[in-house]
Amino acid sequence: MKAIPLSYIARNLWVRRVTTLLTAGGMALVVFVFATVLMMSEGIRATLVATGQADNMLVLRKGAGAEINSGVSRGQAAIIESLPGIATDGNGQRLVSKEPVVLNNLPKRSNGKPSNVTLRGTSPLALALRPQVRLIEGRMFRPGTSEIVTGRSIANGFIGTGLGETLRFAQRDWIVVGVFDSGRTGFDSEIWGDAEQMMAAFRRSAYSTIVFRLADQGALPALLAAIDADPRLQIDAKPEIQFYAEQSEALATFIRYLGLFLSLIFSIGAIVGAMITMFAAVAQRIGEIGTLRALGFRRTAVLIAFLAESLLLSLVGGLIGLAAAASMQSVDISTTNFQTFSELAFQFKFTARIAVQTLAFALFMGFVGGFIPAWRAARMKIVDCLREA
Amino acid sequence: MSVTGDGGAGQTLIRIRNLSKAYVRGEQFIPVLQGLDLDVRRAEFVALMGPSGSGKSTLLNLVAGIDKPSGGSIIVGGVDIATLSEGALADWRAAHVGFIFQFYNLMPVLTAFENVELPLLLTTLSRRERKAHVAAALDMVRLTDRVDHYPNELSGGQQQRVAIARALVTDPTLIVADEPTGDLDRVTGGEVLDLLDDLHRQLGKTIVMVTHDPKAAGRAERMVHLEKGVLVPDPAPGAV
Ligand SMILES: Nc1ncnc2c1ncn2[C@@H]1O[C@H](COP(=O)(O)OP(=O)(O)OP(=O)(O)O)[C@@H](O)[C@H]1O
Ligand SMILES: [Mg+2]
Repeated sequence: MKAIPLSYIARNLWVRRVTTLLTAGGMALVVFVFATVLMMSEGIRATLVATGQADNMLVLRKGAGAEINSGVSRGQAAIIESLPGIATDGNGQRLVSKEPVVLNNLPKRSNGKPSNVTLRGTSPLALALRPQVRLIEGRMFRPGTSEIVTGRSIANGFIGTGLGETLRFAQRDWIVVGVFDSGRTGFDSEIWGDAEQMMAAFRRSAYSTIVFRLADQGALPALLAAIDADPRLQIDAKPEIQFYAEQSEALATFIRYLGLFLSLIFSIGAIVGAMITMFAAVAQRIGEIGTLRALGFRRTAVLIAFLAESLLLSLVGGLIGLAAAASMQSVDISTTNFQTFSELAFQFKFTARIAVQTLAFALFMGFVGGFIPAWRAARMKIVDCLREA
Repeated sequence: MSVTGDGGAGQTLIRIRNLSKAYVRGEQFIPVLQGLDLDVRRAEFVALMGPSGSGKSTLLNLVAGIDKPSGGSIIVGGVDIATLSEGALADWRAAHVGFIFQFYNLMPVLTAFENVELPLLLTTLSRRERKAHVAAALDMVRLTDRVDHYPNELSGGQQQRVAIARALVTDPTLIVADEPTGDLDRVTGGEVLDLLDDLHRQLGKTIVMVTHDPKAAGRAERMVHLEKGVLVPDPAPGAV
């Protein structure tokens, strides 16, 4: 079947460019919401996934799920530390970090409102276990002191957490001696101090998390078997990457579904807008439709032409919305991860997959909005079209 | 063009027998044409006249295959177009009929060239061949200097000449024109009629033209009068 030329379709949109742009603008708005929500979800996932290191294993109490619910006793920690297959550093020291994790309420710099921040007790070994963490100001805390270092997002976002400032919690003053950057991972939203000092201050007798580095991946089966065989070790050991991916899952999924739901509601408005625009376009060109049909173009050619016009319209909207969404990549935002109940800073992350999904969504709106008008255009009888013109 | 006559007397191109057409609008039944017979010879120029509402456009639309009769047969070049499916009829129109309308019916967003090229998009011609055909058609209507102009940049007479070029570019057997001078002044209308004359004399096109203007009808070889849906005897020689 022979088609009506694309130039006819595109130029008709251009002739009505104000209407076209207004309609496309409505779609662009919906597309923007759709894309930014996906980017948000993707950003959270990317941040948390990047938080894990490939060879690191993370140990929690069996069934704990999150660090904050976990408890690993000193006795268990000692057994884990002596398991086979754990890597050592240059000085022959085993790369194990025994970490209490506590949530603390701190006021934000922006509005003074308190929000939960993750406090992590660790040791200078933490820097070896997490090479993505670099001190950008000051120095690392000294073991056995009330010194702390703060993640970049925390230092920027919360009162009393900048270099040289003092924080008061657990009936002690803690002095910030360093600020670190962890390369846009979850640690940017944490405060680190000496594990034993924190245990004492918070009157804890158990660690939350044990993190260790595998000597090599081949050592993993034997190590897991050793854990299984020891009845004292009621623990879950899993790759750190997997742990953080799971931590992001619920929040990322929740945001995505909420966003998709909102987009779908908004899209009804945009679809109705496209439909009104396309109905007007058809009404305006009834005579042209009759002429095209008289010349020998089929009903389907008319249907496709008007559908294509609507799709092109939505593509314009889609590209505008996508461009606006892509410009959000540089924006930093933070939210509370309800899986860990703590603040998490991240960025909107734009991916090719999101671009494709967003354009598909825009075209979907164009298709739904354009189908009935196009159908109507194709259904009319030639003589009626020519008489109405 | 490959349309062949039925081989009968005088090379009949169009043979209409017992044609009837009625419109149904809701409860209303509006009979327009009743038991109409008409023959048009190949390469004949026929003017269809009659009072407003007598059914001239209806008859022309049926002959051109853009409407379906309620009864009877319309045999054009040996094909009873009343029996063709909608798709086949569309292809038949594209191959055999050129249309000229009172209000030109050009696509406002297409240039003169593109408007004339439009029916060629339904053929298998290459881009280069189409270009040559369009140039020849625009040359015929003497608009070679207006190729890239849009309809709103052309006068009514010029627009109608573009429309005539569009009607002849596919080299159809039959050209139908519904009041082609109805929207033009005497002089430009005269130019359009001259062109139709050329199509008829030089290219041997069969033309069926509806008109209210006796002067325009005078340019045709034969006048056919329609009144209340039936043909009435015509004083001119060569009538039905
Ligand atoms: N689609 C339609 N539905 C209902 N009635 C119609 C339709 N088309 C034409 N008619 C009626 O059929 C009759 C003939 O119409 P037609 O357009 O053929 O007349 P005409 O001779 O061309 O008139 P005019 O000189 O005014 O153009 C008129 O009464 C008209 O109202
Ligand atoms: Mg009429």
